[in-house]
Amino acid sequence: MSVLIYTDSSNGALTKNAFEAANYGGQLAKAAGTDAIAIVAGSASGLEELGNYGISKVLHVADTELDNFDPQKIAHVVAAAVTETGADTIVFTHDYSGKSVAPRLSAKLDAGLVTGAIALPNGNVVKKAVFSGKAFAEIEITTATKIISVLPNSLDKVETGGSAEVVAFSTEIPSTGITVKEIKKESTELSLTEADIVVSAGRGLKGPENWGIVEDLAKELGAATACSRPVSDIGWRPHHEHVGQTGIAIRPNLYIAAGISGAIQHLAGVNGSKVIVVINTDSEAPFFKAADYGIVGDAFEVLPKMLEAIKQLKA
Amino acid sequence: MKILVCISKAPDTTAKIAFTDGDTKFDEEGVQFIVNPYDEWYALVRGLELKEANGGSVTVLNVGAADSDPIIRKALAIGADNAVRIDAETTDALYVAKQISNYAKEQGFDIILAGKETIDYNGSQIAGMVSELLDSPYISLASKLDMNGNIATIEREIEGGVEIIEVNTPFVLSAAKGMAEPRIPNMRGIMAARSKPLTVVPSSEATAATSIKGFTLPPEKSGCKYVDTAEELVALLHNEAKAI
Ligand SMILES: Cc1cc2nc3c(=O)[nH]c(=O)nc-3n(C[C@H](O)[C@H](O)[C@H](O)COP(=O)(O)OP(=O)(O)OC[C@H]3O[C@@H](n4cnc5c(N)ncnc54)[C@H](O)[C@@H]3O)c2cc1C
Ligand SMILES: Nc1ncnc2c1ncn2[C@@H]1O[C@H](COP(=O)(O)O)[C@@H](O)[C@H]1O
Repeated sequence: MSVLIYTDSSNGALTKNAFEAANYGGQLAKAAGTDAIAIVAGSASGLEELGNYGISKVLHVADTELDNFDPQKIAHVVAAAVTETGADTIVFTHDYSGKSVAPRLSAKLDAGLVTGAIALPNGNVVKKAVFSGKAFAEIEITTATKIISVLPNSLDKVETGGSAEVVAFSTEIPSTGITVKEIKKESTELSLTEADIVVSAGRGLKGPENWGIVEDLAKELGAATACSRPVSDIGWRPHHEHVGQTGIAIRPNLYIAAGISGAIQHLAGVNGSKVIVVINTDSEAPFFKAADYGIVGDAFEVLPKMLEAIKQLKA
Repeated sequence: MKILVCISKAPDTTAKIAFTDGDTKFDEEGVQFIVNPYDEWYALVRGLELKEANGGSVTVLNVGAADSDPIIRKALAIGADNAVRIDAETTDALYVAKQISNYAKEQGFDIILAGKETIDYNGSQIAGMVSELLDSPYISLASKLDMNGNIATIEREIEGGVEIIEVNTPFVLSAAKGMAEPRIPNMRGIMAARSKPLTVVPSSEATAATSIKGFTLPPEKSGCKYVDTAEELVALLHNEAKAI
């Protein structure tokens, strides 16, 4: 019995979300009095650092054939690691990698899966947000082997100190039908799901030429930028910035929304945020009901003033 | 080209979320059900476009009870050629995935399309499970799909960017925004849907791997603290919320 954690390294290094999974698995193993073992597929370095989150051992399959993320191959590798370690719980992050691999592994091992966990399990019962954040469900995994994928930013980090032992692991890698042709990364931008702070704007900004004040504030805060759906539909902002029920769901520490009315479909993607700030000229905007802090005012005045105030705070 | 589109029934995006039976069941009272948006807007419409360009057929498949029939008819009205409903209660993703794969195995589809997740349980599970059960490649969160003969070129979202991949049929794909533009059924489509075949097949033997114990609603926000100036706001975010 042990906990096996898939820590994604599809960038050639562990992602921020890999540490989310390690943190969850590390705490889970500690509570169960067992070991937390990580599995890494493909070229990656700095793996000892996982020890800081309670991981005692890292199985590293350093096969370059795994450098291009292929869920079919990775599910196979993780399944081999399950056999090797005798793990009865497998942890993923509920991000692009976990969403592709965890369901495959679930079917491969005939093991129950709960995706998007927001807390450590209570026995076999895992809590997750459902109905796009409008409710929570407690779901019991009824199989002996359990798979859980954790929603990023859900669990406070517990740093244990220490360094993990990295051991080479090999397994036969099946050939699959997928060929990766090209990877396009907007590497300068902070990824939206990983950001601690998100500055977002909607139709209230009136046009794409006005986004400078949003970007400037985001830059100063080390934040990612997001937008409402109509804004990406009309092409003012790229599609990957669209948050909400039909876009990306995020749960940053701080979500600042300017010129967004707060329609239920928008809220569905952001209501897991810890602190919500709303700036809107209309005091009746529904978003204020979901906000922690609000300014009834003009985004064109408030955002630049916030920027100034933050610069002063830092000075 | 034989295309299968998996569709699920979901509560309308504005539906009131409440529970019954000691908070163990979703309260369907007064709730309007729709085709899950990702399934309808992206998976189904792209499937239809591919059929229109390359020939073949689009079958929609739902695992569910008779109360799914209205959303299945909607998919037929948008343009699917025929529909299958596997008659079953759906409580667990692995169970549903086994129903879908057991059916698909016999039919030999070239492409199986699903949505990236359902907007009720937000699972993002079923398509991946089906791919494993069929031993097929799986491309999750695809935002573009083009076919050239039996070779697909697909763009999928990855952390901080996109990946462009090539894969031969058969494969399983989950559709995200960008794949297609929503279509609204016209009168002719709605009329034609009435006479298109909707076959109900019995469920196959399978066990569930999870069960829902109960639901809770999130705590109400304690209320919005209104401030007058940006300076005040920044000070509160720093000192009180400790968010910056
Ligand atoms: C099935 C479905 C799914 C959907 N999914 C999503 C989704 O995922 N994400 C999403 O965002 N939407 C989604 N929508 C759309 C959603 O219902 C709203 O239409 C949308 O969120 C509104 O965007 P908005 O707030 O930017 O624009 P508007 O509703 O037009 O609001 C603009 C706001 O800006 C304010 N404003 C104007 N000028 C200023 C100013 N100078 N300073 C400050 N404030 C100002 C106005 O008071 C207003 O409140 C979905 C809709 C449907 C039907
Ligand atoms: N009961 C069902 N019948 C048919 N397809 C389904 C069903 N439930 C989910 N799906 C498909 O699987 C996708 C992902 O669902 P989920 O994994 O539950 O989030 C959906 O977008 C549908 O395409």
